[in-house]
Amino acid sequence: MSAPIKETAAVPAQRSVHKPSARSGQRPGEGIALNAFSHGFLALWALMIVLPLLWLVFSSFKTDTQIAGSAFGWPQNWTFDVFTRAWDKGIGDYFLNTVVVLAFSVPLTMLFGSMAAYVLARYEFWGNRLLYYFFVAGAMFPVFLALVPLFFMVKRLDMLNTYQGLILVYVAYSMPFTVFFMHAFFRTLPTAVFEAAILDGASHTRTFFQVMLPMAKPGLISVGIFNTLGQWNQFILPTVLMQPQSGDDPERYVLTQGLIQLQQQQGYASDLPVLFAGVTIAMIPMLVVYLSFQRQVQAGLTSATLK
Amino acid sequence: MRKGQHRFVAGFLFIPVALYLIFVIWPYIQTFGYSLTDWKGQSQTFSFVGLDNYTALVQDDIFMGAIWHNILFLVFIPVITILLALFFAFMLNAGGRGRAGGVAGVAGSGFYKVVYFFPQVLSMAILAVLFGAVYRSDSGGMLNGLLVKLGLVDAGDPIEWLNEPDFVLWALILVVVWHGVGFYLVLFSAAMQSIPRDIYEAALIDGAGRAQSFFRITLPLLWDSVQTAWVYLGIAAMDMFILVSTMTSGEYGGGPDHASEVMSTVMMRNFLYYGKSGYACAMGVVMLLLTLIVSVVMLRATRRERVEF
Repeated sequence: MSAPIKETAAVPAQRSVHKPSARSGQRPGEGIALNAFSHGFLALWALMIVLPLLWLVFSSFKTDTQIAGSAFGWPQNWTFDVFTRAWDKGIGDYFLNTVVVLAFSVPLTMLFGSMAAYVLARYEFWGNRLLYYFFVAGAMFPVFLALVPLFFMVKRLDMLNTYQGLILVYVAYSMPFTVFFMHAFFRTLPTAVFEAAILDGASHTRTFFQVMLPMAKPGLISVGIFNTLGQWNQFILPTVLMQPQSGDDPERYVLTQGLIQLQQQQGYASDLPVLFAGVTIAMIPMLVVYLSFQRQVQAGLTSATLK
Repeated sequence: MRKGQHRFVAGFLFIPVALYLIFVIWPYIQTFGYSLTDWKGQSQTFSFVGLDNYTALVQDDIFMGAIWHNILFLVFIPVITILLALFFAFMLNAGGRGRAGGVAGVAGSGFYKVVYFFPQVLSMAILAVLFGAVYRSDSGGMLNGLLVKLGLVDAGDPIEWLNEPDFVLWALILVVVWHGVGFYLVLFSAAMQSIPRDIYEAALIDGAGRAQSFFRITLPLLWDSVQTAWVYLGIAAMDMFILVSTMTSGEYGGGPDHASEVMSTVMMRNFLYYGKSGYACAMGVVMLLLTLIVSVVMLRATRRERVEF
């Protein structure tokens, strides 16, 4: 979740995307060859994206011998049996673990990140700038720098292989980016609104939750998407922190970890359709969320990177 | 400051700062200390060994080879990704020529943007499994299957993409590029759309072709985004842990015969497999130094006069 941060001219997040007219015709004789060439390239890359994914989904309907035999055989095994098998083999648990962790880590990231960013952006106190740079600096360092001591820190807190341990670590590692992004956002909010709320007798806390936070909604959405995707796809932190510590410790692998686990197991057990079905199951929620909110996801991620 | 404000500020900052200190800052600081010890991680006993870990690192051929591979990634991943993304972004935003003589993207650019971006929301773990299957070393792998169908590869003797020292790094680069192009395409598109269209139209009237308007107008005005992309991809190229550790052979990846080793895999192996925590910490410090150097060098190397518009 460490993202490089650079002050740069930000591209407005919610810019209405210019729609090129679908009917843009050709001026006769001009650039037709070039157009065919560029269309060819564009279509080729689109195929390169779609084909492997489709191929993988199709492969989950094949049998092991079919998979090993020829890459492009048509599946004969059109049952959803393999998906239930994959779910039972662990994907279900991994899925649930990820959802449990994210259900807490994302809201807490947003809450604590916004609180810190708000105070740093709108109140003057001794050490304000220092604290801000201290938060932002965290985004510059590779997570590998901290891994070894982090493992022992979590171990000392007796939180290895626990949900709360991973949640707290996710929140902490999402802090630099969230603070950085929300800080910029809170600075742009008008002071007049804040003063009006205070004059009306609202406390500072109440002003934050009922006035300022709702006004920062566009920023919250962008940084929320960024954090959700980042934490959902996180691999290195759970690899270090979510290993069963003893024989009777339950497996609390998250989805990314679980998929790799499944890959290693299926390599030996040679039940590849289960692995492919597992990947398909892991892919579907992302595909659904992306297709329903693709504009927000694209805008959110781009602005979150550029800020 | 008004009364009560101090309490409010402190109250709001307490939990975020505490979490950040405990889980991020303190471990970062500790790493420097532990890198000077022979800590095995099993117990709290260790002794100070000075710079021994660092001298051992310099003599560690595997780690040195890993740095070299990271440098290769550092050169090729950003260059290929950015060039492709720029090309596609230009096609989608200014490649088509409207009937009115205006500047528009080619037909269907909305569709392409949706498709190209999709890999970005997939996790690296999914990518690892997907491309593990694509690169399978028998004719059941997608790539080999395709080449066999085209008659370029003998079905009895397919290519072992991930087990050939000559191919494995390129196979990994392809995965990263596949994953990243869509994202940078959208990033560059957003920047291109903020370029005033009259500039293009003026150039068009002056008789500029597509190539000219790209190199004379689009690229200079896009330089900020390119620079951001460059740094971002550079930092990704310093990591590469998931792909290498899961797709290549060996404990925490790096095979065949350390041909695809990167710094992060060597570090994780020393930490989790050999239990050499102090040594792994020294590697972490080296990774930090190199990452910082890379960021600074890339920012300086790509520095240009900013064009205002």
